[in-house]
Amino acid sequence: MSKKNVVIKIKELKTDTALIKDLELRFGRVMEETWTEPVGPTPFPSITALREWDHKLLQRYKPFYMPYCDVCCLCTFGKCDLTAGKRGACGINMEAQQSRIVLLACLIGASTHTAHARHLVEHLINKHGAGYPIDIGGLNIEVEAPIARLVCGIRPKTLGDLEEVLDYCENQITNLLSSTHTGQEGSNIDFESKVFHAGMIDHLGLEIADIAQITALGFPKADPEAPLVELGYGTIDSQKPTILCIGHNVVPATGIVDYLKENGLYGEVEVCGLCCTAHDVTRYSPKAKIVGPISWQLRFIRSGLPDVIILDEQCVRTDSLLEAQKIKAPVIVTSEKNCMGLPNRTRDPVDAIVTELVEGKVPGVLILDPEKVGEVAARTAVKVAPTRKKFKVIPNVEDIIEGAKTCKKCNDCRRACPQDLQIMDAVAEAADGNLDALANLYDSCVGCGRCESACQVDLPLHGYIVKAGEKKLKEEKFKVRSGRGAIQDVEIRNVGSPIVLGDIPGVVAVVGCSNYPHGGKEVVEICQEFANRRYIVLTSGCAAMTAAMYKDEEGKTLYEQYSGAFEAGGIVNVGSCVSNAHIAGAAIKIASIFAKRNLRANYEEIADYILNRVGAVGVAWGAYSQKAAAIGSGFWRLGVPVIVGPHGSKYRRMLLGREDHEEDWYVYDARTGDRVSVGPAPEHLFYAAESKEEAMVMIAKLCMRPNDTTKGRAIKLTHYIDLHKRLYKTVPEDLNLFVRTEADIPITMKDEILKILEDKRWKEGRIPDPTLLPRMIRKRKD
Amino acid sequence: MSMTEPWQKAEIPGPTKALVITKPEVVVAMVKKAKRPILIVGHEAAEVDVGDKKAIDYAIRMAEAGKIPVVATAHMIGEFNKRGFQSSSSMSAVDVANRLEDSEWKGLDGLGQYDLALFMGITYYMEWVILSSLKHFGGNLKTLSLDRYYQPHASWSFPNLSVGDWAQSLELIVNKLRGE
Repeated sequence: MSKKNVVIKIKELKTDTALIKDLELRFGRVMEETWTEPVGPTPFPSITALREWDHKLLQRYKPFYMPYCDVCCLCTFGKCDLTAGKRGACGINMEAQQSRIVLLACLIGASTHTAHARHLVEHLINKHGAGYPIDIGGLNIEVEAPIARLVCGIRPKTLGDLEEVLDYCENQITNLLSSTHTGQEGSNIDFESKVFHAGMIDHLGLEIADIAQITALGFPKADPEAPLVELGYGTIDSQKPTILCIGHNVVPATGIVDYLKENGLYGEVEVCGLCCTAHDVTRYSPKAKIVGPISWQLRFIRSGLPDVIILDEQCVRTDSLLEAQKIKAPVIVTSEKNCMGLPNRTRDPVDAIVTELVEGKVPGVLILDPEKVGEVAARTAVKVAPTRKKFKVIPNVEDIIEGAKTCKKCNDCRRACPQDLQIMDAVAEAADGNLDALANLYDSCVGCGRCESACQVDLPLHGYIVKAGEKKLKEEKFKVRSGRGAIQDVEIRNVGSPIVLGDIPGVVAVVGCSNYPHGGKEVVEICQEFANRRYIVLTSGCAAMTAAMYKDEEGKTLYEQYSGAFEAGGIVNVGSCVSNAHIAGAAIKIASIFAKRNLRANYEEIADYILNRVGAVGVAWGAYSQKAAAIGSGFWRLGVPVIVGPHGSKYRRMLLGREDHEEDWYVYDARTGDRVSVGPAPEHLFYAAESKEEAMVMIAKLCMRPNDTTKGRAIKLTHYIDLHKRLYKTVPEDLNLFVRTEADIPITMKDEILKILEDKRWKEGRIPDPTLLPRMIRKRKD
Repeated sequence: MSMTEPWQKAEIPGPTKALVITKPEVVVAMVKKAKRPILIVGHEAAEVDVGDKKAIDYAIRMAEAGKIPVVATAHMIGEFNKRGFQSSSSMSAVDVANRLEDSEWKGLDGLGQYDLALFMGITYYMEWVILSSLKHFGGNLKTLSLDRYYQPHASWSFPNLSVGDWAQSLELIVNKLRGE
């Protein structure tokens, strides 16, 4: 490990020629010497250290801004109208303002993950000591922290070593945030570079968080056969007291599991979760259950099944306390970041807290000690359950029919619905006693509850939809593979070559939140389509849960049908949001383990490698959050394109290449120094697709890389053309841009494609050893 | 209910809002006045009913009547071909919008940038941000939403219409473009 802020003081130094008194030497950082890998050019990079790389990317993938509105309202000069070239009172224009908002979003995400990591690391150091050795995969993992190695140039060995990375993250986030103040950065392109930096910092935060929890909480360690765990409303035993944990920070949930185990109650009480805490509690204890993604919060609370609700941090509905009160379930908030206005009872005796919660004297409490949370939650659940009797606030059918008759037909419900669901029409049918139309809305409903807020007669419309869809809800019984964590080094060795050469057509990471345009089934279809085509499919977060929520004819979910190994045709759940680090880590490890590139503080070279060689694409079909934005921006800097669904267009900015700009697609041939046109591969860095069909075709297209061998390119083209023919009913019009030599043409389509190429006046090109970095040229052409 | 509110009520655009198309003849006049119009049709056009037809059917008739080049976004190219309309181009919604902001773009036919973009069938909120982009960065381009709901970031938009009024308006536009 490196040492920071080393100070050497010498009171008096006598030499033959001089007498030196009070000499003080200060070193900002002393790097570890036992690691023989040379330190690359950018250890702990400052905000501008990778600016040139960012500008290279942004020159090719130019920002395409899509403002939500015309104004800036961030300071008291405002509101300022920035429409069509106008500047605000501070001088900012719309491009810079949009990139500033994108940066703010990514910083919210990066700070959230970093603060999450900081909490985990501090908690686990308190419990196990700073010297506790890191272990995320035993002998199967040598490169334990690829992102920290790449960015910081350090090799953490203990929990204590992780703190240095977090110190760096916090420093960078502070500096980046300061650049968004009025009258700081004025260039949209430099804001975009800072967005990339924020994303890179975010990935560090992710990695540190998951390393800490895998190491010290006994999660699966890079295990392709991590246990299959239960998921879905229908898996919760309604006869048992039930503790529901919502959020992303698993620490309080581990306190609950520990207490229940220690007191022989674990079989008696259900522990379940929503969102990423759910993933992580099943990584801690496979007997815990996942209810579902974030959009299940309202429906599950209102179902009355939870007897005690634990809120930690991130993506927790801010009205959870109000919803819990409706079903008379006590709430325990457990994070300084999310106190919900409740009194801090951390130092109070457990008996007193439990009594007050059970008797309903307080609706909830703040407890910042996870062990105390465990005891209070367990004892309260056991005592509350018999009196609550699963009290629910889902209306019955008669209430719906009567309520529907009072509808004013204002249509405000539909106009508030992010999905534009035809709620008013469904309510009208319900007034006639037919709930089918309401039931049909269930799958597409994202559970936001905006319809209820908009209703002029206060109908509990989300409750109507849930009641009408109750049969589906109760049948939700699925198996999902628990998050495995990192990808093993040996797996990387096995697939590194076929990925880089193109024999495995790509790595598709289906990640992110559940703000899907048409329900979760499209996520399942995307995963299955690409696994069947022998891509490697990775999942994480809410998307990993959604991928489990449909069964085949034999009653099996994707995770029961497909391998959990990082191999062609695998569907690999890495875990929660913070586990996305392992997806970036896998790409980085391909460069390191397979290609033997130095990782240490060598970001630019590795990103250049990934951009030009590793056919990986991220798909965040339901991305909604700032954290998702930050995760995406980390991938952009690393050269991995990201596709979002139509709601993702609201992130306000895409990074789009122009396949018709031939001059944008030149690389250097590292062997000769020649500039070689390689076509638009990959064409975009951040892209919003309108439909699932468009996304699927774009996934196949964005997996192409300049380094593909002819065999690999032919395989990738086969999938691109095949999907295009099936979903667009046509042959792609841009094949001439992706066929470099005749050998690239899929053999079964040769005649058809040659004819197209002839019409396009295609000329044969060549396959270089591609790089965007002049310094990587081994032999210059004079 | 004001007829010129955004369909999704929280989508408040700012000071510059679309002029409301109160008479479909305005669309006809705009198309006839334009030197280089283009019609961009999203995937919902094949799903949305307009009376006994789909929105795409009107798009095709309008394109034929007004000799307007068509960009089929997402996977819509197949829907056009299926209906015997073979002359549409396929490009994604964000790609075509990106090109419309480039004064150097030569267009689908190599003859130069467009001056009027008509939109139909892109999901409301996605069309919203695309129209916003074109409002801010599209230079002299005018945009016109042919969808059923008010899109305030366009230069011109229908107000929120009933299906019947919408169908009647589209029918009239087609007929007038044909010179009937």
